Amino acid sequence: MPATDGATPTIVLVGHGMVGQRFLEALADRGLTAAHRVVVLCEEPRPAYDRVALTSYFSGKTPEDLSMTDMEFIEKEGIELYVGDPAETIDREAKRVTARSGMVVDYDILVLATGSYPFVPPVPNKDAKGCFVYRTIEDLLAIEEYASTRTTGAVVGGGLLGLEAAGALKGLGLTSHIVEFAPRLMPVQVDDGGGAALLRTIQEMGLSVHTGVGTQEIVVDEDGAVTGMKLSDGSELATDLVVFSAGVRPRDQLARDCGLSVGERGGIAVDDQCRTVNDPHVFAIGECALASDGRVYGLVAPGYEQAETAAATIAADEAAFTGADLSTKLKLLGVDVASFGDAHGATADCLDVVYSDSRSGLYKKLVIGRDGTLLGGILVGDAEAYGTLKAFTGSVPPVSPESLVLPAGAGESVQLGPTALPDDAIICSCNNVRKGTIRGAVTEHNCTTVPEVKKCTKAGTTCGSCVKVLGQLVTAELEASGVVVDKGLCGCFSQTREELYEIVLALRINKYQDLLDRYGREDARGGDGCEICKPAVASIIASLAPTIGADVYVLDGEQATLQDTNDHFLANLQKNGSYSVVPRIPGGEITPEGLIVIGEIARDFGLYTKITGGQRIDMFGARVEQLPLIWTRLVDAGFESGHAYGKSLRTVKSCVGQTWCRYGVQDSVRMAIDLELRYRGLRSPHKLKSAVSGCARECAEAQSKDFGIIATSGGWNLYVGGNGGATPRHADLLAQDLNDAELIKLIDRFLMFYIRTADRLERTSTWLERIPGGLDHVRDVVVEDSLGICEELESLMTAHVAHYRDEWSDTINDPEKLARFVSFVNAPDTPDPVVGFVPERDQIKPDLPLLSIGLRPADDVLEGSAQR
Amino acid sequence: MTLAPETTDLKIQLLIDNSWFTVCDLNVLLPGRGVAALLPDGRQAAIFRDRAGTLYAIDNRDPFGGAAVLSRGLTGTHQGSPFVASPLLKQRFDLRSGQCLDDETVSVTVYEVRTAA
Ligand code: SRM
Ligand SMILES: Cc1cc2nc3c(=O)[nH]c(=O)nc-3n(C[C@H](O)[C@H](O)[C@H](O)COP(=O)(O)OP(=O)(O)OC[C@H]3O[C@@H](n4cnc5c(N)ncnc54)[C@H](O)[C@@H]3O)c2cc1C
Ligand code: SF4
Ligand code: FES
Repeated sequence: MPATDGATPTIVLVGHGMVGQRFLEALADRGLTAAHRVVVLCEEPRPAYDRVALTSYFSGKTPEDLSMTDMEFIEKEGIELYVGDPAETIDREAKRVTARSGMVVDYDILVLATGSYPFVPPVPNKDAKGCFVYRTIEDLLAIEEYASTRTTGAVVGGGLLGLEAAGALKGLGLTSHIVEFAPRLMPVQVDDGGGAALLRTIQEMGLSVHTGVGTQEIVVDEDGAVTGMKLSDGSELATDLVVFSAGVRPRDQLARDCGLSVGERGGIAVDDQCRTVNDPHVFAIGECALASDGRVYGLVAPGYEQAETAAATIAADEAAFTGADLSTKLKLLGVDVASFGDAHGATADCLDVVYSDSRSGLYKKLVIGRDGTLLGGILVGDAEAYGTLKAFTGSVPPVSPESLVLPAGAGESVQLGPTALPDDAIICSCNNVRKGTIRGAVTEHNCTTVPEVKKCTKAGTTCGSCVKVLGQLVTAELEASGVVVDKGLCGCFSQTREELYEIVLALRINKYQDLLDRYGREDARGGDGCEICKPAVASIIASLAPTIGADVYVLDGEQATLQDTNDHFLANLQKNGSYSVVPRIPGGEITPEGLIVIGEIARDFGLYTKITGGQRIDMFGARVEQLPLIWTRLVDAGFESGHAYGKSLRTVKSCVGQTWCRYGVQDSVRMAIDLELRYRGLRSPHKLKSAVSGCARECAEAQSKDFGIIATSGGWNLYVGGNGGATPRHADLLAQDLNDAELIKLIDRFLMFYIRTADRLERTSTWLERIPGGLDHVRDVVVEDSLGICEELESLMTAHVAHYRDEWSDTINDPEKLARFVSFVNAPDTPDPVVGFVPERDQIKPDLPLLSIGLRPADDVLEGSAQR
Repeated sequence: MTLAPETTDLKIQLLIDNSWFTVCDLNVLLPGRGVAALLPDGRQAAIFRDRAGTLYAIDNRDPFGGAAVLSRGLTGTHQGSPFVASPLLKQRFDLRSGQCLDDETVSVTVYEVRTAA
């Protein structure tokens, strides 16, 4: 029985992939969901998700994170979505679709958005156990499960998806091979030069690449499981798992079966309006469609345009899809690769401008017409300029093309700002958003931040490669409309933190008031500063104390008045006004005597104790007047401040290492202790964390730290810029196989360079992502000494190390400072009655009279959630 | 309750129920840092001294978090007005009016304060 009631016209969508979902949104935008019954047949077991970001599943995204379907939207628009129920037949005569479940739907309009399927070359044993494709979440789940008990994997196909798949296999801990029939990687997107640069970088990452060879047969064992593959050069490659990534083919079988025309190489033939050429009631969009220009587009952006075109046509608006740009920018295995416009120089008489540096895996080519028009290009290794260059394609850029491809710092390089772009330049190619629309979002729709503009225009919501340019445009537009985008530290200083650091260091200014009165904004001079710049300047002064002639003791003189409350009481403020106490336990190593002292203190003062995430012990619930008494006992027992309160070194975690562990190759505990003692007390823009693992098993999680060290049989590998917390980031390898002295020298330089150039409350991870040149620049500066400042960085650190003093032992020996540790200035022996506790699980917890907890609307609610 | 040892210096006094209540010596107050005082009726005041020497006193209780900690916040000047930022969640309070600068519906009590020999 037909499921339609015949009253309202019915639109049936077959396929709920990325393009299908965009089509539904376009229907809703045009009010068509109200006037139509909309039925969606979705083959996969889950509604539309972000296939472009599929690989991010292996970096921790869950299938739910990848979802693109807002069920509220589906419900609100009254869309009937049938998950796991594909269309099986189409009867165009009766205008009726039958689904696998047997459900029958009559349609007035049918839209096919069935996407593609991965092409698997017809080699013997291609369906053996251990052979996979890479298209859906289910594919990934299957690969992940199979890989968990194997060691080697091979990918057939060295194109865009093949490289992604190979990266994923490597990420799963497999030794990975790529087998590509063409003589270079990514044959479609890049030319020989670009392929060579890519090859070098990818091999350096430890992937084996076999180009110019075909796969002839999959070799299997007696159980039918993959054990290797035979290649066309006669060799055999041993592997436990094979992923086919040899291209995709349009899913047009349903269309073929009902007599719709398809192209010679597949694809449902459609006209400029995305209507099938045979039947005005049937549309085809996305990867299953053969567009009127004779192409099948395997990218999401053209599919989105087709979705909009089909929806507009159904609404009887004018729209056409006649072809699209194939520009792509990807980060493949961490290497930027981009190509845009006429990348291969197919235009008659065109010229190439090429910059190539094989040492650093850089390759940049621009294709220029006779009249100077930018026609296209390829960028490998550094695709920073992609957004701007792509937008200039088709016009004569305002500066010479050479200057656009030279790396920053190499003489003539120019950074063309996006402000130079015309209004019709496409900024976001995934969503086809022009510069004019983005400017309009700021000027007409009053968006003032990138997230607002993203929401308003959809720009930047798909692959994300345009977000950087988007940010620059928003800033430029705000500035142009008179909103001053002030880069200054705060209302008191127009300088950035980095500039203030340079001023303090160069002029040896060691008083905040001095700095404010001489370098503050006009109307802030002579005033009291604010809660933002005071701790920031206090931190700069503390980092440089011995060098600029300030006392290293942060409670000395004026410095005491600048510190955040935690630094002022050398403890962490808790919600009820009590404090927590964290003694330093270097490397997490502690004697039984040490444990007993901490236990006794906690018992005697009635403190709540907890093992922290930083391999040490936190005691909570100390009243301010108890802090000196507690610390007197801790200092007597040899403990020091753990700086859990400071923007300074927190902990250097360690695994047990070579001493006990059967896998360890170095003494990770000794190194962790050495490092923790070296850098303790170092004030920095944000907290610093570190860890040392005794081997590549990484039990200390060093790669999630600001600086992490992993032992190798030849010494130590140093990783930098890692972060746990809200926005986790894996650290990048800075240098390999260092001996002890080399390691410490590099860390000294790295930390001091970070302290010098970071923003306030900017962790090393955000800093590394922000600073121009990123990791490469940092490596140039701290390893190659490209700025000639390493000697200074080292001597600043030497001064810090030589002058370190434990601030708690300074404090308990200074009666004037101790007098501040009271609840009441007029009743020093009276505890604050608001600080109360109630029992919980054999210990205590704060008892706080209930009050509405409001949040400050500004940006500083999380400690350290600086503007990112 | 033991009172702070007397010195010869100027004293800080708060006006409580129409009489001046002596809190401490002026010189224990660092410009830019506060102290808390326990008032005869059990309430608490946070007292600050700015760079120019002006004194301010407001209630010590953070109305957002409930803990008595405003005296431990950092002070500053915002568009000419002196303020303290709560050390808990950083809301700022005008030291002259007690008005919260980040939420117009919230304010804290202000005490009149003076120095006396
Ligand atoms: C005590 C502890 C939790 C525990 O019970 O285990 C803790 C407690 C706090 N963490 Fe943490 N963090 C603790 C380990 C961690 C870890 C794990 C680690 O260090 O291995 C992380 C993730 C690793 C990282 O930082 O990259 C962590 C990520 C954060 C973050 C997020 C940082 C980020 O970059 O996103 C914050 C907020 C911030 O600093 O901006 C934070 C902030 C805080 C603050 C300071 C929040 C505050 O202002 O009150 C908490 C202080 C509690 C106190 O009064 O003592 N804590 N915090 C841990 C103390 C470790 C230590 O011995 O010093
Ligand atoms: C790993 C990976 C990375 C990629 N990276 C990029 C990138 O960086 N940039 C880019 O532009 N593109 C990228 N792509 C390509 C991009 O994902 C596709 O262009 C896009 O998903 C096409 O959308 P679509 O809706 O046409 O097809 P799909 O997203 O494939 O959706 C088609 C849906 O239709 C369903 N279907 C098929 N037949 C039926 C039926 N009979 N009944 C019901 N349902 C049916 C399928 O199960 C599928 O769910 C990538 C693809 C992959 C796999
Ligand atoms: S990281 Fe290596 S050496 Fe350290 S505990 Fe783990 S397995 Fe052992
Ligand atoms: S270009 Fe992909 S999201 Fe904008």
